[in-house]
Amino acid sequence: MLTLLQGVHQGNGFQDIPKKCQKAREHFGTVRTQMESLKTKFPADQYYRFHEHWRFVLQRLVFLAAFVVYLETETLVTREAAAEILGIEADRERGFHLDIEDYLSGVLTLASELARLAVNSVTAGDYSRPLRISTFINELDSGFRLLNLKNDSLRKRYDGLKYDVKKIEEVVYDLSIRGLNKEATGGAGFPTQHAYSWIFFPSLSPDLTGKS
Amino acid sequence: MSGKEGSGGFRKRKHDNFPHGQRREEKENVNPSSPLMTSFKSFQLELDTRHDKYERLVKLSRDITIESKRTIFLLHRYISAPNGEEVLNESEIKLDAVRRKIKQVAQELIGEDMYQFHRAISPGLQEYIEAVSFQYFIKTRSLISVEEINKQLIFTAEDREETTNVTSSSQDKQPHTWSLKVTPVDYLLGVADLTGELMRLCISSVGNGDIDTPFELSQFLRQIYDGFTFIGNTGPYEVSKKLYTLKQSLAKVENACYTLKVRGSEIPKHMLADVFSTKTELIDQEEGLS
Repeated sequence: MLTLLQGVHQGNGFQDIPKKCQKAREHFGTVRTQMESLKTKFPADQYYRFHEHWRFVLQRLVFLAAFVVYLETETLVTREAAAEILGIEADRERGFHLDIEDYLSGVLTLASELARLAVNSVTAGDYSRPLRISTFINELDSGFRLLNLKNDSLRKRYDGLKYDVKKIEEVVYDLSIRGLNKEATGGAGFPTQHAYSWIFFPSLSPDLTGKS
Repeated sequence: MSGKEGSGGFRKRKHDNFPHGQRREEKENVNPSSPLMTSFKSFQLELDTRHDKYERLVKLSRDITIESKRTIFLLHRYISAPNGEEVLNESEIKLDAVRRKIKQVAQELIGEDMYQFHRAISPGLQEYIEAVSFQYFIKTRSLISVEEINKQLIFTAEDREETTNVTSSSQDKQPHTWSLKVTPVDYLLGVADLTGELMRLCISSVGNGDIDTPFELSQFLRQIYDGFTFIGNTGPYEVSKKLYTLKQSLAKVENACYTLKVRGSEIPKHMLADVFSTKTELIDQEEGLS
């Protein structure tokens, strides 16, 4: 399934994104049947006893679901929708469910993937996508900044998010500096006539992250 | 202006008109009422409640650990002295206090999956098991069972003053009873810790000139050790770690018995001692084989 979706990184992969998503969704059917059989393997109230066994695969699946949904609609998959795609429950009361931390981990993986996608879409000549990705990731970053994370694996992965944000901003910056973004102030936020001043004064190179 | 000045030196001033702050604002103008942000606000709430609960449980677990340790120290003072009964009663009172704490844990876990917060409470439970089984051993010279422990951890709301306004669906089914089930792994680890305490008890009893206890203890420990070797490496990783310590404890106790036997004692206990010495030799031979 991941291999299938990796096709969007190919230069010519952008034309048939809907088709790839369709195929991926068919694969999720297999996932659902396997989830059903997993549910019968242990008592329903002991989910967390064996949580470690499927944590990682679940995070990976959430990422894939989120990726598909993003490619289709350019929005973030909700927790309920992600659970539904995997054929499991959204909250604990109803049996095998999607833990919130696993969901968030999957979403963080999506951010790294989109950072890659931004780079590759420029290579493929799609100059508008990075701007949309940038807006999306910035919103995601703000969302995560609302959370008070503990010092656990989720926090470590969240710490990686700022690099993805930075990466995408660099892409956007590169586009705007070359006047390749048609919407002059689309996501970069500074007018292009000033952009060239950096070339003459490299010491003033912008702090791209917007953070100190 | 944004706060990112001072790096550009004087040239900064030439380009004062550069909209530095604009990027900042750009980042901050994420619409706070967008669906993504609202969903993340609810995530914030959910994660915070979960972490708070976890921290409360950790705190309870620490209290349980401390109290149980104190109980164990108290029980170490029990040396078939005239005040033996007193010590036992006192330990019972202490353990009751610990159980009240465990009751709070059980209340925290109403309607929750115990294993989700297992890591928070596990150390406390193990320490409690250690204390309870130690007391039980002193009383009965045998090993407490998991069922026995769990039986003591069924709480009813006999104290009316704490009106429980916790309304959850699970309470409607079984009004005012909470129980906490000790997991087999916790039990095993607790028992493994118990052996360390028994070793100390053995050494101190030798110091007190009590020469029955060491032999009893060595027999008891050997049984436990055999039990653990029976589980061997099929059990969880932590159990195999404890096995090593257990073996050391056993060796110490056996050595103490050996010394007693060799030096002989004022009171002839030949019969008992003989049984032990032959046993020890047998074990040694087995050790040599494995």
